[in-house]
Amino acid sequence: MTSRRHISATVNGDPVEFLSEAGTTLLDALRDELGLTGSKEGCGSGDCGACSVIVDGRLICSCLMLAAEAEGRRIETIEGMADGSTLHPLQRKFLEHAALQCGFCTPGLLVAAKALLDANPDPSESETRYWLAGNLCRCTGYDKVIRAVMDAAAELRQARV
Amino acid sequence: MSQIAYLAPTSADEAAAALIKGGATARVLSGGTDLLVQLRAGRLAPGLIVDVKRVPGAIGIRQEDGGFVIGASTPGMTIGEHAALEKAWPGVVEAVMLIGSTQIQGRASIAGNLCNASPAADSAPALIAARATCVIVGPSGRREAPVEAIGIAPGRTSLAKGEFVLEIRLPPRAARSADAYLRSIPRTEMDIAVVGAGVNLTLDADGVIADARVALGAVGPTVALAPDAGAAIIGTRLDEAALARLDDAARSACQPISDKRGTVDFRTKIAGVLARRAAAIAYGRARGRA
Repeated sequence: MTSRRHISATVNGDPVEFLSEAGTTLLDALRDELGLTGSKEGCGSGDCGACSVIVDGRLICSCLMLAAEAEGRRIETIEGMADGSTLHPLQRKFLEHAALQCGFCTPGLLVAAKALLDANPDPSESETRYWLAGNLCRCTGYDKVIRAVMDAAAELRQARV
Repeated sequence: MSQIAYLAPTSADEAAAALIKGGATARVLSGGTDLLVQLRAGRLAPGLIVDVKRVPGAIGIRQEDGGFVIGASTPGMTIGEHAALEKAWPGVVEAVMLIGSTQIQGRASIAGNLCNASPAADSAPALIAARATCVIVGPSGRREAPVEAIGIAPGRTSLAKGEFVLEIRLPPRAARSADAYLRSIPRTEMDIAVVGAGVNLTLDADGVIADARVALGAVGPTVALAPDAGAAIIGTRLDEAALARLDDAARSACQPISDKRGTVDFRTKIAGVLARRAAAIAYGRARGRA
């Protein structure tokens, strides 16, 4: 019950260890302890999705999870999405379709979209819109985002054939 | 938040003991989608957070004695992916899946939805209509209570010190049974129910309703069973006269407040409409199984 706990987890395939206060969120630990600042804090209350990460295969808001809960868990963040300097197809399609302006919501949207395509390689537009309803963007409107995700999904399906 | 301690006990006894020791400032952490918001808003300043997700039984879905046992901390998404559960209890599953965004579904649990004790909790009407029970563990062992006994007022539960909800049990399903849940919100997605209605039906071999349970959310201080609404359609094939009686009984069961989400009149009218529509969906599903 000391104030700082030692946490061991896996982040983007690498084992990591860090110290955390009991009340610290996973988002703050990722950003402040591990220097992974791609996950953003928009609202801090689970409404905006800018802090989206995948924990043990589940898409979650990292602002609504305590860092202490990450013990032994497998965490995927936006930093693990590109393969070195090769962008993930979703990242490339976001650029091609200009699916971002300020970019603050983009890491969360990309992580959420990846979780969708991991679970369902051929989502309908309606399924995609519902899946991404927890990711708020205040710049672009959502149409370009949806077009980018649908296009990336098509390319990924093609690559599998 | 620097004075908070965190424990993740691996047995129910250990969790109960920690909650007792933590006293009035101890809080149970299940999915955290309400608790962490309350922490951040400063509405709660717990001394101890007891994460119960590592207690055996808290996560997972299994079939037992002809019914289902859902670990009360199982995330919504896991519940939505369980094909056999959805087939038996489509209303319960659709109610759970209405809670929040994909991200919230990755964490939010039935235990949290019930113990946050909001009158608008989406899972509660469906679970109450389903005759679901909670397995509650605490310092004096295990007990089982119907879901409708958990919430006693907005934000308040009947749980004693040191107790938490470990499992949700759904009873064995009779033939020709089905359920449905509908809610009214001003948008298409991610909002708090203005009214919620859960209906659970069993038909006889001739398609006549032999058993019916109706529960309503957001039209009173707690989610509650509306016994007269269920009784209004038993013995019928859900004809227009039966639907009208159901509508009347559902409206009579309402004791809502007026707030920014809806007025007393609006909520009351919509409760009747949703009870009818949910009953029609449940009836159609049950007939499909005849």
